[in-house]
Amino acid sequence: MITFSQVTKRYPGGHEALSEASFTIATGEMVAVTGPSGAGKSTLLKLIAGIERPTSGSVVVDGQNIGRLSRKAMPYWRRTLGLVFQDARLLYDRNCFENVMLPLRISGMPVKEAARRARAALDKVGLLDRERAMPMTLSGGEQQRLAIARAIVNRPSILLADEPTGNLDADYAELLLDMLAAFSRAGVTLVIATHEPRLIERLKPRVLTLRAGRVQP
Amino acid sequence: MKNWFAQQRAALAHTLVRLGATPFATGLTVLVIGVALTLPASLYLVLTNVARLANHVSSTPEITLFLKEGTTQSQELARTLRARKDLARVRFVSRDEALRGLSGRAGVADVVATLGRNPLPDAFVLTPRDTTPAALEALRAELARLPGVARATLDAAWAQRLAAWLALGRDFVLLLAGLMATALVAVSFNTIRLQVLAQREEIELSRLLGATDAFVRRPFLYLGTLQGLLGALLAWLLLAGGLVFLGGRVDALAAAYGAAFRLEGLGWREAGLLLGLSATLGWLGAWLATTQQLRRL
Repeated sequence: MITFSQVTKRYPGGHEALSEASFTIATGEMVAVTGPSGAGKSTLLKLIAGIERPTSGSVVVDGQNIGRLSRKAMPYWRRTLGLVFQDARLLYDRNCFENVMLPLRISGMPVKEAARRARAALDKVGLLDRERAMPMTLSGGEQQRLAIARAIVNRPSILLADEPTGNLDADYAELLLDMLAAFSRAGVTLVIATHEPRLIERLKPRVLTLRAGRVQP
Repeated sequence: MKNWFAQQRAALAHTLVRLGATPFATGLTVLVIGVALTLPASLYLVLTNVARLANHVSSTPEITLFLKEGTTQSQELARTLRARKDLARVRFVSRDEALRGLSGRAGVADVVATLGRNPLPDAFVLTPRDTTPAALEALRAELARLPGVARATLDAAWAQRLAAWLALGRDFVLLLAGLMATALVAVSFNTIRLQVLAQREEIELSRLLGATDAFVRRPFLYLGTLQGLLGALLAWLLLAGGLVFLGGRVDALAAAYGAAFRLEGLGWREAGLLLGLSATLGWLGAWLATTQQLRRL
């Protein structure tokens, strides 16, 4: 369970990205965070991932206060998450397989087991036959799918996705939405920042609307 | 534990790939480290060789008493000297013996042959127990006044001076080594810092995916250590090459002096120390660079 209590995030320079936001996301729930750009969607995701810390208020996930996690504890928290960034953020100096292996190498999984899992993740996003390909040679949609494979390879309980369909054409976006729906059915908590009406129509998530940093009733 | 080893191995493999990917930059860094190490190491070699050469000649001070020509007191003098507690050794060198010794030396034999008669006096060669300069000088003055003694000289004063020079040289080598060690850490620091900056994106992503500082740092530590190690290996090769280059000349020079002397290179222990020290310093530079950079990223 993710609980935001009176969370305010003010960036250096005074811009207030999130103002006294309070809400709860249940385990296994699918939530779409919507609102115009600059409304604080990305900030909300970053607060859950511990990439940013709240200026005031608390973000508590399953009893852990994320804003208060020590530098030492943070890596272990991140390993329980799946992160999909707006831009795929792949490593372009290594092939698809190695990109998906990265989280498993980081968590120190034995290579054999890790390779098996990486192939399973690649299979799930339909890129198993491209495992030796370099990310540069993939289309935008394939790159985004690769990023999703990397996000799910460590079997996260929470998947955070920032505009996952951002710069995809319709066909790819459809495929991606199906994938997200499948994760949700498998019990993964999904928090998706999006301003894509198609996503909401299709996945029918609970919608959390932000406007100028405030959660709309 | 097995997993820990696997992770170390993975980091090392990662490092080797990176090293291989930038052979030119790596080569230059290794060259700088190698040259920086060669300077104090070669000076150290010069010193140890000079010290070894100096050890061929005795550096324990001796006092030589030259007796008056035709003195009859040599027997009595010998007894007096042997009775003294402050002398470790008393050796009588007769004038004939001295002449024979002299004719044996290269270059002097011809001169000796032209002499009509033996010009050398009888002598006592004494080894004092107390070798502090002041005590030696006092003893020499006292012995010079003994009856039948023409002159007392203190040998090996030059050897002591040489020893002092060598000690100075050793301190200089230490100083130079300290400076070069600092330079090595700086070189390692800078190359690793640049590497960290070049890998910035990968590091940031890795941290988002849950990489600990230790995980991020590991390949860079290996890189620094490996650069230090390769630099030391290069220095070792440079020294060995220099030795081969100079060895011929030294042999010729030693032969000209009728001496048996060969240049000696680094021993296994010294070479091990060089490699170990350089690897440690490379590691230290990498550690400092990653600590500084990780705090910033």
